[in-house]
Amino acid sequence: MSYKIMPKSALNDWVQHLRQKFTIVAPKPKHGQFVFGEVTDASEFALDYPSTVLPPKKYLVPTQEELLSYSLDGSHFEMRTEPVPTVVLGVHTCDLHGIKLLDRIFSQGYTDTHYKTRRNSLYLVSYECFEPCTEHSFCRSMGTLSATDTFDLHIINLGEDFAFEIGTQKGESLLEGFQSIFNVTEVDIERINTVHQEKWQRFPYRLDFDVTELAELLTNSYTSTYWDELGDICLGCGMCTQVCPTCYCFDIHDEVDLTLDGGHRVRTWDSCQIRMFATVAGGHNFRAEQAARQRHRFMRKGKYQEDAYGLVGCTGCGRCAQACLVDITPVKTFNELYKRRNNIAEKETEAK
Amino acid sequence: MKTLTEVVTKSPSIYQPVPARIVSIEELTETEKLFTVALPGGLSLHHSPGQFLQISVLGIGEAPISISSSPSRSYGTFELCVRRVGDLTTALHNLKRGDIIGVRGPFGRGFPVGRLRGKDLIFVAGGLGLAPLRSLIYEVLDQRGNYGQLSVLYGSRCPSDLLFKDELAEWEKRDDMTLSITVDHPDETWFGEVGLVLNLFDDIYPNPRNAVAVVVGPPVMYPSVIERLLSLQIPEGSIWLSFERRMKCGVGRCGHCQLNHIYTCREGPSFSYSEIKDLEEAL
Repeated sequence: MSYKIMPKSALNDWVQHLRQKFTIVAPKPKHGQFVFGEVTDASEFALDYPSTVLPPKKYLVPTQEELLSYSLDGSHFEMRTEPVPTVVLGVHTCDLHGIKLLDRIFSQGYTDTHYKTRRNSLYLVSYECFEPCTEHSFCRSMGTLSATDTFDLHIINLGEDFAFEIGTQKGESLLEGFQSIFNVTEVDIERINTVHQEKWQRFPYRLDFDVTELAELLTNSYTSTYWDELGDICLGCGMCTQVCPTCYCFDIHDEVDLTLDGGHRVRTWDSCQIRMFATVAGGHNFRAEQAARQRHRFMRKGKYQEDAYGLVGCTGCGRCAQACLVDITPVKTFNELYKRRNNIAEKETEAK
Repeated sequence: MKTLTEVVTKSPSIYQPVPARIVSIEELTETEKLFTVALPGGLSLHHSPGQFLQISVLGIGEAPISISSSPSRSYGTFELCVRRVGDLTTALHNLKRGDIIGVRGPFGRGFPVGRLRGKDLIFVAGGLGLAPLRSLIYEVLDQRGNYGQLSVLYGSRCPSDLLFKDELAEWEKRDDMTLSITVDHPDETWFGEVGLVLNLFDDIYPNPRNAVAVVVGPPVMYPSVIERLLSLQIPEGSIWLSFERRMKCGVGRCGHCQLNHIYTCREGPSFSYSEIKDLEEAL
């Protein structure tokens, strides 16, 4: 692990330095919330921000993305994913975990070159969290409050200075040629250790059990009546999946040029919460009940993705809870399932 | 010979189809057509029975279609039996001989051809389920010595819905297989069995120790047929099914075809009953 130090006062100079080669995106205030968006000056963004409406996944799997353009006679196909090198500033560690999972998903089996091309052009500069983002965040419980990889550079706020933890050569390159970068001293290391030590106690555990028990809890709760209760209140709007850093399911459709001689194949975000998601052309819906759709979502987040890719699908960012109009939250859901399972277990013991 | 898979996986994007030409179209019923398609430049499809292709009509979209022809009979072409039911299949039905479609694949895991060798086979088709099974039937007929008895049970809505009528007549004449057909709604031309495909089981007496069943049909057909096969003592691992699901990508990513944790397009579409019996979203 190697650190570099930059005085906070040099932040805007660094942003200007980076802008010579890169597009910069960072958390910007918008209508009382924060969103990742392009910035040209340090005054336009905040590194101490609660959470963004959408996670930075939108730079890897855009809401709408052209996969191919073609001529309608089939004589010509072209793939035009040419992303500009982009630095994402201020990524929270929960979102790093989300990107780490997406990286595995899109590289397993047939590589998705569209994702890979975008990913290669992205420089991730993450930011150490010192306070819980919102009332809904439970990163401590999900084990995502710290990151050891996936970032290129990781910023730790030391008051007057920023410490940069260098994660990759890509990250190192972001500091090259910039004047106000200093080697780390013994005193800096001491300060880094102090802020780290102080941060953990500010993040309470919010799950009533350890995250390593989550997959088994969900497996055992598959037939729980709680899913029906969720199904009864869920509006099926799909907001929870849109804002989720590890939801990536997509639809593909064609768009025809006005000239009628060419077209585009376009990938757009989709959601397993939408009624027609699993409906085939003949009309049969293989997941017809909203209860089954909510269950599917939580099974993916807490079990299926971990089984398939070795990382829990929920990062504890709390965005889905924030977005939900009827207050369905992962913390409540997981804790309620845990409580009910224990009640059942107690009754069984009593019966014996 | 270069295969389609090699071309698709080496192209810049896994979503890029290969243009292929429709060389003939045969009207099988009012709603089903059989398309014979030629790949460009001597490419071979190199599929196994039960696999599917993502078929494009440029400007309309893409849909998963099972391959109806057998690898043993692909002379540079392959066949797709397509029911007109959605946007893409309606557009396909409007195409003419010589038109170009886009092809990606073949995708998924087909029927376990190797595990069928030396076995007595019971193939059960409901409606359009005969389309993918036809691929397997010809695989067996063309390697006849490698398989035991072959019984094909085929249930259709009505006589006019029967697919591949000429071929059914040929199969009926063969003495190395048995074909039984039933329809739900007979008309004045129909003198055969009437009712569910389950009725056709009354005439077969499989030796459960050497039998394998392959069942392809609409979702509603599976539970009762599986129950009947189990009652005939066919082992759970020797009952094979093929699932229809919505599939947009074909490579286990877009999420539409997921049943529980399984991506039907990648791990399936064929599964043994023992593989999926505990998955609530399977049947």
